Amino acid sequence: MKATVYVTIKQNVLDPQGAAVQGALHSLGFTEVGKVRIGKYMELELDAKDRAEAAARVKAMCEKLLANPVVEDYRFELEG
Amino acid sequence: MRFAVIVFPGSNCDIDCYKAVRETIGQPVDYVWHTATDLSAYDAIILPGGFSYGDYLRCGAIARFAPVMDEVRRAAEEGRYVLGICNGFQILTEAGLLPGALLRNRDLKFHCHSTLLEVVNNETPFTREYAKGEIIDIPIAHGEGNYYCDEETLARLEANGQVVFRYKKGENPNGSVNDIAGVCNERRNVVGMMPHPERAVSELLGSVDGRRMFTSVLSAWRERHGAAVNG
Repeated sequence: MKATVYVTIKQNVLDPQGAAVQGALHSLGFTEVGKVRIGKYMELELDAKDRAEAAARVKAMCEKLLANPVVEDYRFELEG
Repeated sequence: MRFAVIVFPGSNCDIDCYKAVRETIGQPVDYVWHTATDLSAYDAIILPGGFSYGDYLRCGAIARFAPVMDEVRRAAEEGRYVLGICNGFQILTEAGLLPGALLRNRDLKFHCHSTLLEVVNNETPFTREYAKGEIIDIPIAHGEGNYYCDEETLARLEANGQVVFRYKKGENPNGSVNDIAGVCNERRNVVGMMPHPERAVSELLGSVDGRRMFTSVLSAWRERHGAAVNG
């Protein structure tokens, strides 16, 4: 089974990297770009059979390590 | 009074912290590897700066699960003194021993220079020898020192006097909320700060304003233990 985890910065938290990328895109002429937010994408290979159990385990991984709940949100997808 | 300087893979201010303790107060100090499972011999624990575990994932995110962190937590709960400097501060927030988080600097640059700090709370074991409102010169060296917490937490920190240091007005180098440079827990025995007091202990280093962090905690410990002044 494969888990794909997306970790994003909470909406109310400033993202200086996103702001810098937005500025760079504007200076390249991509003026249609509004807010830019940068996050993390992670692929996890899982040795798991039971989907519900895998989901519970990945949720625990996100809450314990992969995301910092003070400043980040997360979501994930399971495949296979 | 016995000090431990915790060494994680990637710590790089451990030697500075060790020498600062020796130089300023001459107390016994040991390097303690991150795999240690007993810190009961130590009265104060310093988590030094650096890039523990390469800052992978997030600064301090992996270090907080090092075996020694259970003992750091225990020491904090027992009221022993814990100081996290720079990466050590990041580890303490990741571990939940201090509130908030440290984000990328507002301008995305690594800042390495001296900064002026205001001592906001001089009633912590680490700041008792400073005057409230005193301006001190302590250097910073970080890329992710932009202190953040939600508004509710911020209001609580301010109301409880948990803001220990602020960057001097107009000199906030990283975008921290309310110019915060250092905070403590409610009990005040755990302090975390982005600036490096261990780099400000000698005229040769450009400032001696960090020395009193060390003399403060020694006097706090002596007061608590009724130890003789030459102890």
